[in-house]
Amino acid sequence: MGGFNAIVPMACVAAAGIASMVAEAFRDPGERMPIAGLGVVGLLGAAIATVLLWNHNQASFGLVSADNFGLFVTGVLVIVGLLSIAISGPTIDREHLPGGEYYALMLFALAGMMLMATATDLLVIFLALEVLSLAVYVLTGIRRDSPASTEAAFKYFLLGAFSSAFFLYGIAFTYGLTGSTRLDRVGSLMAAQAMAPTPMQLLAVGLLLVGFAFKVSAVPFHMWTPDAYEGAPPAVTGFMSTGVKAAAFAAFVRVFLSAFEPLHGQWSVVVWAIAASTMIVGTVVGVAQTSVKRLLAYSSIAHGGYLLVALLAANDAGKGAVLFYLLTYAVTNLGAFGVIALVDNADRPNDQVRDYAGLWNDHPVLASLMTIFLLSLAGFPPMAGFIAKWYVFTAAVKADYMGLAIIGVLTSVVSVSFYLRIVVMMFMTSSDEPAQFPAVPKIAGLALVVSALLIFYLGILPTRVLDWAAASISTIF
Amino acid sequence: MHFPILTSLVFLPVAGALLLLVVRDEPEHEGLVKNIALGVSGLVFAETLLLWSRFDPASADFQFIERHAWMPAFGVSYFVGVDGISLLLLVLTGFLTPLALLGSWASVHKKTKAFCMFVLLLESAMMGVFVSLDLFLFYVFWDAMLVPMYFLIGIWGHERRIYASIKFILYTMAGSVLMLLAILGLAYLHSTTAGSYSFDLLKIAELQVPPHLQFWFFLAFALAFAIKVPLFPFHTWLPDAHVEAPTAGSVILAGVLLKMGTYGLLRFAFPLFPEAALFFAPYLAGLAVIGIIYGALVAMVQPDMKKLVAYSSVSHMGFVVLGIAAMNTQGVEGAVYQMLNHGISTGGLFLIVGMLSDRRHTRLISEFGGLKNVMPHLVAAFLLMTLSSIGLPGLNGFVGEFLILLGVFRWDPRMAALAATGVILSATYMLWMFQRVNYGPVTNEKNTGLADLRPREWAIVVPIIAVIVLMGVLPNLFLRPIGPSVERLVTHMHQSASARVQAAR
Repeated sequence: MGGFNAIVPMACVAAAGIASMVAEAFRDPGERMPIAGLGVVGLLGAAIATVLLWNHNQASFGLVSADNFGLFVTGVLVIVGLLSIAISGPTIDREHLPGGEYYALMLFALAGMMLMATATDLLVIFLALEVLSLAVYVLTGIRRDSPASTEAAFKYFLLGAFSSAFFLYGIAFTYGLTGSTRLDRVGSLMAAQAMAPTPMQLLAVGLLLVGFAFKVSAVPFHMWTPDAYEGAPPAVTGFMSTGVKAAAFAAFVRVFLSAFEPLHGQWSVVVWAIAASTMIVGTVVGVAQTSVKRLLAYSSIAHGGYLLVALLAANDAGKGAVLFYLLTYAVTNLGAFGVIALVDNADRPNDQVRDYAGLWNDHPVLASLMTIFLLSLAGFPPMAGFIAKWYVFTAAVKADYMGLAIIGVLTSVVSVSFYLRIVVMMFMTSSDEPAQFPAVPKIAGLALVVSALLIFYLGILPTRVLDWAAASISTIF
Repeated sequence: MHFPILTSLVFLPVAGALLLLVVRDEPEHEGLVKNIALGVSGLVFAETLLLWSRFDPASADFQFIERHAWMPAFGVSYFVGVDGISLLLLVLTGFLTPLALLGSWASVHKKTKAFCMFVLLLESAMMGVFVSLDLFLFYVFWDAMLVPMYFLIGIWGHERRIYASIKFILYTMAGSVLMLLAILGLAYLHSTTAGSYSFDLLKIAELQVPPHLQFWFFLAFALAFAIKVPLFPFHTWLPDAHVEAPTAGSVILAGVLLKMGTYGLLRFAFPLFPEAALFFAPYLAGLAVIGIIYGALVAMVQPDMKKLVAYSSVSHMGFVVLGIAAMNTQGVEGAVYQMLNHGISTGGLFLIVGMLSDRRHTRLISEFGGLKNVMPHLVAAFLLMTLSSIGLPGLNGFVGEFLILLGVFRWDPRMAALAATGVILSATYMLWMFQRVNYGPVTNEKNTGLADLRPREWAIVVPIIAVIVLMGVLPNLFLRPIGPSVERLVTHMHQSASARVQAAR
């Protein structure tokens, strides 16, 4: 059964989380401690373990499988973790947040995400989902003196708990039907009955679908997203908009394309409708936003829609599309939220679109980086976002989802209009008030520059990563 | 392994932009920044001339081909080459970019470094569009070109620049994303017949695209290109973008960007979908004729010189589309020739209007009058460009319009008759504008002390006039490399269409 090898990456991260909690406990008030460094060490450990496990297809306890698919997502999560830690520093200092707890929660959440990406048992997926969700609920509300933050955490918690219940119900039905929660057994039993699916089967699939749709904030289960993203500190928003989405999509793909693949004909209709409405609602409502965070919240909803298209069209052309899109989206969106975190001011949140007026004059580099992130989200070449979208649409055309492809390209045109509103503010509007943007810390700035370079790399020379993505997803189906 | 001249054409401007990145953005470096940009674009122009001199004008094939795998799993390759249709467009791009930079010398003082970087990046993307022989690569450059143009209009433009820049980018994108889907559809079609994905133009051209798909694919391609040209009724972004853009933006927009639309029709939409193209050609021609007359009539009543020139573009580009729609040798040769003419004369007119507005900070015709008495040299240059634009025999515009009308007449005399009224109308609005601005007494005393051409402006005006005269007097020099490629395109169109008709019987 492979021993413990498959869980080494998440163990590294969890150990770093425990270590930072202990360190926080021994910290004298006011003493500065490089707790973030512990997280970085843990994540680097996870990265090394991921590289070593690559292509070895190790499994632990029959519940966790370090196949290349899971490892690819683990790699994305390591990048998410490193970038999130890099952009968190300024927020923690400015808001006087408890550093040890902050990093510990982030690391536990990452461990949960990694578990979710590699789990091959529905109950373990649920466990991982709860680990990451609880940590992220607390992170959302970590600014305890801010009513908006608390409100966001509360909303997120209530709706999240609600969706977890759906998910658990789905697992229960699945177990009742097949007598197992292991994906491979569920899959083979489903296949045996797939010719005439019973209402019970459809109910089980439907309930799990609702649970996943909540977590990836797909329409109509997206209501919590703008509020939670707006209330959380920007660095946390960046973290949860990418990490949670990556982990949830990994499990979504694994469950639906392996265990429930026999019922593809049944659920694909529903996912089609969800994907279409997610793309449309995300972009159309995004146009009306005046807050940068809400705008990017709706943008991330829309990107969830493109990911659903990729999931739906996972034919041989599109298999890698989900993974490549997740990587691209993670780097790009974290970059954008990193910029938001850096212009965030103690006495002024700077989170309205109009607050970005004249950023180019004060911080030309920051404004240029933000432009790169936004244009990549909008899907302009030669940025990574273009290749990612192109990959998704290629898969959709090949799988004969022409309607989704047309909706996808048209909504991405609409999305250009709201991404450009921020660009217009930064470059083409001068501010009436004197600028109030804080100085950029070195590490955070460096992380953003690295993200931007990565975006150009993935946009101009994507072949290697495309091949990895295509090869890794073919390990699970 | 010979020198990869096309790659260097595409990426030399990018290298120049990266070089500018290391120059510190301070006022005392402004001259340095501008000189670097000018030097790089001048070098690119020299390279385009070198390319022309080594081009074999007798061959209809693609030359200077470079092909490298880019994303082999998807059949995407870096595949570039030129033929007679694209060669002179490259030269035109190389010619106009340094002039556009020179034309902004006096008017751009804000963020000069970024301005020069965007102009160079734009040049790269334009070169890329004209050399790409891989549909994916073409689309990448086609889309990438929007971003620098967007910034040029949005940052350095006039009062309504933000509206104009967003309108520009959204209009163009809305058209081009459907083309992207059509491109994906073609690649998929290639994979079903040949077993693997390919975006290679030469391989796609061999595909037998079923008629009903041709219909949709052609519409998707033609929409993208029609918006770019712009063909009536997709032209509404153009007056806004032209008027609000800074001089360099207008020059490049009118001079090169609009040509991408007609180039796209010639390179992709027509040869890839011959049957659909011949089916839709009369409709395209109809829209073109409407555009010719409508553009001319609207131009006539414009109070703003820049807007007048912008609407004249709608009218003149209509001729180009009309020539393409005729799909015979004269029509298409004339269309290619007219693309060059329009780039040079309209680019020149925008540069002249820029010089006037640098001096007076207005472009309203009513603000001027009697300029001939104040600055005779500038007005002389203005006159030559105006005459070139209306197609006076002996200057470049005549050759293109004549060939187009000849070709169209052979195809459909009614269209030719209607289009010919556009020639008359263009003489009316251009000369009327010219008369109001330059002749008569000096009515506005602000105009009395205006300086005549400065040395930098001489450097802009002289090459343009030289080319205008050269193209009018020695058209064969330019038509020679165009001929074989056009000939082959026309033959290909009619052969594949008639072959299909016979197969259907």
